[in-house]
Amino acid sequence: MSLADDLYRETILDHYHNPRNHGVIEHPTAQVEGVNPLCGDELTLYLTVKDGKIEDVKLTAKGCSINTASGSMMSELLLGKSVEEANQIVDLFKRMMLDKKEEVELPDELEDLEALRGVKKYPVRIKCALLPWNTMLEGLDNTLNSSSK
Amino acid sequence: MSKLNVEQIRKDFPILQRQIEGKQLVYLDNAATSQKPRAVIDSLTGYYEGYNANIHRGIHTLAEEATDAYEAVRETVREFIDADHTHEIIFTRGTTEAINLVAYSWGNANILPGDEIVLTAMEHHSNLIPWQRLATERNAKLVFIPITEDGQLDMKEAQKLISDKTKIVAATQMSNVLGTINPIKELAKLAHEKGAVILVDGAQGVPHVKTSVRDLDVDFLVFSMHKMLGPTGVGVLYGKTELLEAMQPFQSGGHMISSVWRDKATWSELPWKFEAGTSNIADVIASGKAIEYLTALGMDNVRAHEIEITEYALNKLNELGDISIFGPKDATLRGGVVSFNVDAIHAHDIGQICADAAIAIRAGHHCCQPLMRDLNVMGTARASFYIYNTKEEVDLLFEALKEADKVLGHVACR
Repeated sequence: MSLADDLYRETILDHYHNPRNHGVIEHPTAQVEGVNPLCGDELTLYLTVKDGKIEDVKLTAKGCSINTASGSMMSELLLGKSVEEANQIVDLFKRMMLDKKEEVELPDELEDLEALRGVKKYPVRIKCALLPWNTMLEGLDNTLNSSSK
Repeated sequence: MSKLNVEQIRKDFPILQRQIEGKQLVYLDNAATSQKPRAVIDSLTGYYEGYNANIHRGIHTLAEEATDAYEAVRETVREFIDADHTHEIIFTRGTTEAINLVAYSWGNANILPGDEIVLTAMEHHSNLIPWQRLATERNAKLVFIPITEDGQLDMKEAQKLISDKTKIVAATQMSNVLGTINPIKELAKLAHEKGAVILVDGAQGVPHVKTSVRDLDVDFLVFSMHKMLGPTGVGVLYGKTELLEAMQPFQSGGHMISSVWRDKATWSELPWKFEAGTSNIADVIASGKAIEYLTALGMDNVRAHEIEITEYALNKLNELGDISIFGPKDATLRGGVVSFNVDAIHAHDIGQICADAAIAIRAGHHCCQPLMRDLNVMGTARASFYIYNTKEEVDLLFEALKEADKVLGHVACR
């Protein structure tokens, strides 16, 4: 069998078939659309941030397996984290996916994300994996801006 | 039965020997670009090693040889599309540039506020955006001929939509998504009855279907050599003499002039009026070899082979059950382009799993976003065939799709 084992390993398929935190939040503190114009992938991220903490996160996505799985893993890991922690995790994940010179190590609590490391081998798919995370950055930014007003 | 000796043909294409991680390449992305035979590749090196020179200028031997070889291709193209005159053949950078040329040079002189430009619902962005821009600038209106459920042009609607207000009809000869071959001759007749002109986007059609501009009676025909065995960077604009004569140049500068003063200039005659700057000499000459290759095979044989393989593919892929195939069901109404979705699997995932089996297909919106909305899909996967493809390759595609369906299909929650 010639399947890209790295790309479609069990963790990714699990999140793809059963995406966590799939849905909408009625009155979110931030709602952001993410679009990948090249492949037409779209997702909407809903965030409820209270006292600097992510109290709820939901996603609706129309995208490929990598995009869906990545968003699902992200939602699971960032739920309950402070905005500051969340920003750090997003930053670390992005470095892991984008650093061409060295392998960025992940701490144990983020080990699920290891499943996405294989996507690095497929340069055109990296943007699929990053779309939810970039959308999250925008969402966290919006939340900060609206609460500081 | 196909009269093409596919086994022999495959030997002429060095890239078909390519292995990807130990697997034989299966190239099914011909609607994007075709592969090139040895004769075309050799022509490029032959030019650069033997007679590289700028054309229409020098008096030396190399310049004469290069000029003769370049201009000879104009005649080859003329004959291939059955045009009346070689000066009606203009070399461009590709289909896109050729359409932009017409939208600019013909459009600016002929489109007035309130005029209508008739397109079809299945146009590639390259035969949409230039007209969009022209319509916006000129306050003209774009009108779209819709498609029927099985992906054919709705000719009843076409009869109503092509009206006295229509100045130009711009339609694709063959859809790069649905594979549909459009009734160009009828469209040309409808356009001419209303005093309009017709431009045909032959990017998908000319490489696969014998095309006679005389028989179709079209005013402009545009196509790209790289989709028909030639190198990238060469397109053709055919235009009827009286239309081209009346048009102003698109780009200006060297080579397209007759006499130049400090404050004014006169234009060269056809076709050079539209070929400003140094031409893509090597690639045009190699394009001639591509046309010679196709002509030697016979375009009727090319078409017969594609009908056979497309029919086989439509039947085979339907065995998957979980598949939706777009476009006409009848292979004789379509070219060798088969777009499909498997279950609710994203087209990029299908493309990836095929890529892992060394099968090259296209996945995405195919530069046809409005059509994707009509079909109510985000994108499709697309296999497209040419002279060197075999039924065995279709079988390999089928196996890869089965694999994709097994791994990624049947998603419960979406």
